[in-house]
Amino acid sequence: MKFIFKYLRPLVPSLCFGMTVKVLATLFELALPYILSHILDRVVPTGEMAYIFGWGAAMIVAALLACIGNIIANRNAAGVARDASRRIRHDLFEATMHLTARETDRFTVPSLESRLTSDTYNVHHFIGMMQRIGVRAPILLLGGMAITLVLDRRLALVLIATLPLIGITVFAITFKGLPLYRENQRAVDGMVRVVREDCQGVRVIKALSKEDFESRRYDAANRNLVAREQKAGVTMALSQPLINLFLNLGLVAVIFVGAYFVNIDLSKPGRIIAFIQYFTLMSGAMTVITRIFVQYTKSVASANRISEVIDTAKAHDKGEPLTQTENTPVDDTRFIEFEGVSFSYNGRKNNLSDISFSLPRGGTLGIIGATGSGKTTLTALLMRFYDADSGEIRIGGKPLSYYDTATLRGMFGVVMQNDFISADTVAENIRFGRTISEESIRRAARLAQAAEFIEAFEDGYEHALTAKGTNLSGGQRQRVLIARALAGDPEILILDDASSALDYKTDANLRRAIREELHTTTVVIAQRVSSVMHADHILVLDHGRVIGAGTHAQLMEQCSAYREISDSQMGGAFLE
Amino acid sequence: MNNMRTGGGGGGLGKSRSLSSTTVDQKQSTATKIRVLRRMGKYLLRYPFTVLLALLLMLSSNLLALAGPKLSGKAIDALSLGVGAVDFDTVKLYALLLIAFYAASAILSYCLSVLMVKLSQKIIYTMRRQVFDHLITLPVGYFDTHATGDIISHISYDIDTVNASLSHDLLQVLASIVTVVGALAMMISISPPLILVFVVTVPISILFTRYKTKRIRPLFKARSMKLGQLNGYAEEMLSGQKTIRAYAREDIILSRFDERNEEAVTAYHRADWHGAIIGPSVNLINNLSIALVTVFGGLLYMLSATNPSLAPILVISLGGVSAFVQYSRKFAGPINELANIVSELQSATAAAERVFRLIDEESEPADRPDAKLLEAVTGDVDFSHVRFGYVPERTILHDLTVHAAPGTTVAIVGPTGAGKTTIINLLMRFYDVGEGSIRVDGTDIRDATRRSLRSSFTMVLQDTWLFCGTIFENITYGKESATMEEVVAAAKAAHIHDYIESLPAGYDTVLTDDGVNISKGQRQLITIARAMLSDSSMLILDEATSNVDSRTEQAIQAAMHTLMQGRTCFVIAHRLSTIQGADVILVVKDGNVIESGNHGSLMASGGFYASLYNSQFR
Repeated sequence: MKFIFKYLRPLVPSLCFGMTVKVLATLFELALPYILSHILDRVVPTGEMAYIFGWGAAMIVAALLACIGNIIANRNAAGVARDASRRIRHDLFEATMHLTARETDRFTVPSLESRLTSDTYNVHHFIGMMQRIGVRAPILLLGGMAITLVLDRRLALVLIATLPLIGITVFAITFKGLPLYRENQRAVDGMVRVVREDCQGVRVIKALSKEDFESRRYDAANRNLVAREQKAGVTMALSQPLINLFLNLGLVAVIFVGAYFVNIDLSKPGRIIAFIQYFTLMSGAMTVITRIFVQYTKSVASANRISEVIDTAKAHDKGEPLTQTENTPVDDTRFIEFEGVSFSYNGRKNNLSDISFSLPRGGTLGIIGATGSGKTTLTALLMRFYDADSGEIRIGGKPLSYYDTATLRGMFGVVMQNDFISADTVAENIRFGRTISEESIRRAARLAQAAEFIEAFEDGYEHALTAKGTNLSGGQRQRVLIARALAGDPEILILDDASSALDYKTDANLRRAIREELHTTTVVIAQRVSSVMHADHILVLDHGRVIGAGTHAQLMEQCSAYREISDSQMGGAFLE
Repeated sequence: MNNMRTGGGGGGLGKSRSLSSTTVDQKQSTATKIRVLRRMGKYLLRYPFTVLLALLLMLSSNLLALAGPKLSGKAIDALSLGVGAVDFDTVKLYALLLIAFYAASAILSYCLSVLMVKLSQKIIYTMRRQVFDHLITLPVGYFDTHATGDIISHISYDIDTVNASLSHDLLQVLASIVTVVGALAMMISISPPLILVFVVTVPISILFTRYKTKRIRPLFKARSMKLGQLNGYAEEMLSGQKTIRAYAREDIILSRFDERNEEAVTAYHRADWHGAIIGPSVNLINNLSIALVTVFGGLLYMLSATNPSLAPILVISLGGVSAFVQYSRKFAGPINELANIVSELQSATAAAERVFRLIDEESEPADRPDAKLLEAVTGDVDFSHVRFGYVPERTILHDLTVHAAPGTTVAIVGPTGAGKTTIINLLMRFYDVGEGSIRVDGTDIRDATRRSLRSSFTMVLQDTWLFCGTIFENITYGKESATMEEVVAAAKAAHIHDYIESLPAGYDTVLTDDGVNISKGQRQLITIARAMLSDSSMLILDEATSNVDSRTEQAIQAAMHTLMQGRTCFVIAHRLSTIQGADVILVVKDGNVIESGNHGSLMASGGFYASLYNSQFR
């Protein structure tokens, strides 16, 4: 809640204005039954028709004012909700963009996604609703109580006596219901899991003719879910009838007690009629308050999920090293250097152990090894997505922490595994939000061997790509990504499994183009020997350790693992 | 297991996929709406007695509640006889009656709620089951062209929406009608002339909400659309977070996000701003009714008290005015709520249409009535002039003719997207050929039952599929009758037994998405163990590229080798040893088999295969 208040603080003037108007409007609404009782108790006995019309007009004016006030306040509330959620969403998205890779892993992308979408929506909805009915309902309840107290203190006490009963009911049932809903959510997850698994494994299921088995498996999950939903539903079903019953019993008590008071002239029938009106208003407010309560729990959970991300991003922003601009001579012979680097994602098992090597400026490093051997992790450390646990990584003789993030990342052009293509034009996918001239984009595309197919599109570089680049072939996708990496004229080019879908000829042309025209320092990660065999230096990784290092020829001679990979793969993989 | 293309393997399928977006509500014609509503109604009619009982409970509970104001009015009349003249007996009588009525009403409405929960659970259970049982019969192509997320949202979110509407809204409509009619009857019984007030206010109320909702609905549609776009953008950028970070593009992406955010909050605000008028205005009209009822009721009461010769129809008591005001609140409420319910019903019919569309998807065509059972298959496979494309306008296989004799190995090699996976899809009849035919032991596979065809193959795919269950259950998935001994033997043959034994729960270890730390290679070995239990004569193998450490890689190779013994094998090959040892190598390029033969003959012919092979070792 504190989190939401923080965003409401700058909006306090507008918020106050809206709430004041709302309170006034609600008071006008509360005046209606009061006037009603006045007409019946005082005006009618006088027999003055004009007064009746006069007070009737007062009722209409009060109703009109209530309406206008409510409209103004609701519109104001919409504005406040907009301004607050605009900033919340901005801050959240900014935070997700600045999370470290490790933090992203911890939150997981789907979870960040739902925080950005449904959680911000919940909060937006809540901020609006709070101002609209969150103010009105308590005022109706409290104001109703106050007016009944003014109207007739003794009768009001009868009414107020029923409220604790209602409070206890609401509390007890919600208390019992909430854990049931949590269990329910787990059952939903179980049901959804079967569907997800089966959608993914449909080929296996069909191949083994296991449709009936899966139907039974689903049925079990479905039955479990239905049983839980039913339990929660039945529990909650008690609250509304009970609340209504208590309120109505209070009403009967008012009539009954009222009869005695009227008899000894302590009250008037019109007041009792007004009381009944207030009862109706208050019972409506009570229902709304229960609903607000549910919405409140939901949005507090959402707000917490949002603030968790923002706080995480904020916490390390402070730790970011300062920009250092002094120009020191750069060590070109050991342009990239790893010295005794170890790293673990989870802090238990090392994903990289004691990695040391150096690469001169303009050189090419090849990294080969099985999935999970640490190839990608090595580049992630180089780009400082993660910090090494021990050892040091240097670029140009300076440790990575010497550079501020933007400068450091600005040095790289990178193509990652399963890299990302957005729903935008080819040119924009290559430019990727940087200021890069049309000419450089064309050059990059040419070097990446992509120019030919791009220019074959009717609209060329303005051709629209779909999300994830599904309207390109695998090889075309990779070439667009390589063009993106080359377009920024990077000092260091990282190609992580970037050319696996290219046929051999294209791959060779690409390598030649990079070598002859760019002179950039390159790190190539591959699973096929043919992609790294031309590198100046090759690292063979296995379980996070370097088990071989040198040129292709040296490794073929000295490293049995490398030779094995080469022998076992080269035949088939070259066609892949 | 988070890859929706599990089992798909190659890129050949990726291109045929067009993600359907079902989140955007399509406009329904009135005819469709009625059809959908009728079909929704059928679910209710499955439980005629429960529905009838619910109606009965609802009716009686509402009628009991309707008696309330009338009774309290009588009580008020009894107590407004003047100071000292209050008729306590009557007040007591009515107070007791009120208690009885309200208590009965509460009990009935509780019973009704419970009944409705049960009814709606019955319906939701049936619907989910129906959807799933149908889903599982759909052809593989459906899963290739529909995002898993969409399917899940049909079976959970959409069904929930439909059910909420069926069990809540329909009852609510009926309850509203009862309340409106009942309240009207009560008011007429109290004072017919006062009804005239509603002749003025009700039409205003209805016209106003009609007019306003018509204008505001597009704004709410725009709001969901903008929000959807924003969410889409956020999802897309989150998936590219690493790349964005690598290029330090956070700021520009953020500013683009802000543009969309601005559009979304503005659209939300516009809808809210214009919508803000409805609630208060409706309240205003209600309050106007009450004001008018008070004024005219007061006048009539005054006249009734002072003028004994007043026409009986005009006479009203103080309690009557009170009851009338209460009824007028009850009367106006549902009318306005109807507008809400109508819009809820609209989203329910849209959701129902999506659910029904899934239920109406065509299942895998049934086997022919005279379909043969493939038994004791020797493994003679013949492709004859096969032509196929996932979509008609894009042919993947142009003219494939291959023959595989029993026990031989066919290696399929070629670049990604050339159609290798497609050949497997056709063999298993996940898709049917466009032209030409595939024969197994001389039988066109379209003339055989799917079950017998598929069970004569063993399949090991590149993407491993394991479900949330124990390792034992996962290995015996294809043969539930397998004994522990058989499973252990299979696991040993797959070189995974020692690893399984090393787990604390052994074969009873439950595999979950995030639970046990089980590597990709080990997952693959478990699927190989699963295949080991099969005694089919043909094998489909998608040789994964070496994506595991070298020891596991060796284990996998050895296990696959065991698996291949004595079977006709179709291997999407990556390993030189497999290719060189194959009886037939199919070199697939751009959907055509451009060369075929064994390693020796292909090298000798000096074609594409030879040039690539040579260039590799240049």
